[in-house]
Amino acid sequence: MKATSQMGDYRTAQTLETFSFLPQLTQEEIYDQISFMLSQGLTPAIEHEDPAQATNHYWTMWKLPFFGEKDLGNVVAELEACHRAYPNHHVRLLGYDNYTQSQGVCFVVYRGKAW
Amino acid sequence: MAKKYDAGVKEYRDLYWTPDYVPLDTDLLACFKVTPQEGVPREEAAAAVAAESSTGTWSTVWSELLTDMEYYKGRAYRIEDVPGDKECFYAFIAYPLDLFEEGSIVNVLTSLVGNVFGFKAVKHLRLEDIRFPIAFVKTCMGPPNGIQVERDRLNKYGRPLLGCTIKPKLGLSAKNYGRAVYECLRGGLDLTKDDENVNSQPFMRWQNRFEFVAMAVEKAQAETGETKGHYLNVTANTPEEMYERAQFAKDLGQPIIMHDFLTGGFTANTGLAKWCRKNGMMLHIHRAMHAVIDRHPKHGIHFRVLAKCLRLSGGDHLHTGTVVGKLEGDRASTLGYVDLLRESFIPEDRRRGIFFDQDWGSMPGVFAVASGGIHVWHMPALLNIFGDDSVLQFGGGTQGHPWGNAAGAAANRVALEACVKARNEGRELERESKEILTGAAKNSPELAIAMETWKEIKFEFETVDKLDVA
Repeated sequence: MKATSQMGDYRTAQTLETFSFLPQLTQEEIYDQISFMLSQGLTPAIEHEDPAQATNHYWTMWKLPFFGEKDLGNVVAELEACHRAYPNHHVRLLGYDNYTQSQGVCFVVYRGKAW
Repeated sequence: MAKKYDAGVKEYRDLYWTPDYVPLDTDLLACFKVTPQEGVPREEAAAAVAAESSTGTWSTVWSELLTDMEYYKGRAYRIEDVPGDKECFYAFIAYPLDLFEEGSIVNVLTSLVGNVFGFKAVKHLRLEDIRFPIAFVKTCMGPPNGIQVERDRLNKYGRPLLGCTIKPKLGLSAKNYGRAVYECLRGGLDLTKDDENVNSQPFMRWQNRFEFVAMAVEKAQAETGETKGHYLNVTANTPEEMYERAQFAKDLGQPIIMHDFLTGGFTANTGLAKWCRKNGMMLHIHRAMHAVIDRHPKHGIHFRVLAKCLRLSGGDHLHTGTVVGKLEGDRASTLGYVDLLRESFIPEDRRRGIFFDQDWGSMPGVFAVASGGIHVWHMPALLNIFGDDSVLQFGGGTQGHPWGNAAGAAANRVALEACVKARNEGRELERESKEILTGAAKNSPELAIAMETWKEIKFEFETVDKLDVA
């Protein structure tokens, strides 16, 4: 009986890919990830979406990718602006890699309120 | 200029040992480790290998004079010592491009590792590496999708993919099997896998398995909101049967199938890869039988050659060993062939067992699959060794969790994400592995229990096939 009572139940979670199994990243941790992205030469880009439609590949772009952006502060400011404009949406940060023609980084920075 | 026919047996080196030859960019180059029979000089043994794997036969024949043998013959052009071993030596051989049918790995292997391996003048023979000229590479289709396309289709970026082979590998009914798949996927794994031995046995026929697995994948996908898949093994007794299974997987809306490229054979594999490209399916490749061919340090074919052949034949994932788990693998050598799978240009680097520059041109890359005997404690080392473009594939390391597959999967996923996050923060994964995992376990009881369960398990045996170093 003891073994049974110690056994946990794993509850299925709706998740949002990379880093969604970790606790919400702190501001400091998000800055570290942005610094990493910039140090890898990736182009930062921001996307947002209504949580109800977030399983689609395409989320709505916030402005255009920030080509040539090297400044952490500017990326943070854009993330905050996107979040202010769409407070109920998920907001994710991508790092485009034009060499592999793929994304080197992609994670959700703000999770939508109703989610 | 017409030659005279001179019947009889000549020394191979008269025709096939050409130390002054400068290989052409279009030549296919090979490096063999040759262990000659006693009393056979190196040049003669090297020339014999060149001859027997290309145009030569043991005796002069009159019909040779009807063609231009200088144009078609293979040439031994260099001999090198094997560091630390006087019994054998490396022979470098150049083969003209026209010896091989376009796009046919089968044809290349039939020549290079054909009759010559039973040849009497050599005691042992091992094919260490092949340089495929870009002119040949461009005639092969290669991976149906490749790393970048697969990431886009699965929508997974900035981390390795997580997989799991369903166990017990034989004997489950289809419905119970689908249950195990569902549990792994809902817990946070991206992909699950049929074991290579699972084909269509009496306990679980393939249609039945495919249908239950499809239900499991769909449900996990709907509930987690993430893209999931299960490698449905379509390896079969005949190509016709293989295609029928592949088509059924597609009809069920499944994204990925799998094949065993060595036991199934290169003809089947290349055909299936082409089918996958045409039908928008991804292709996972298992490597059963490889150790029979690649484990002996002096005889057979090194795995780096098999890996290159698979990239040309076509596959989106290939098992490579783990370096850290229960299966054989030398770290430097594994890193060498992992690069050969994924990069577009790999320079010669003897420290990693790479004998030639290899230019793949625009050929897509293959995900390296680290599978076998791994668990959460290995995660920091696995990420360090394999990087992002890999599939870390658990078995017992997911399903052996005391709470079951879903909790085991969540433990794997938390450990992986914690390691990726730490790496990106500039932390040293292998040195700080304990702190990184312990920190992550504070928010994940699943990970804490996994760490407790597997803390004593180590697999440390000497590697049988080591790189040759002085």
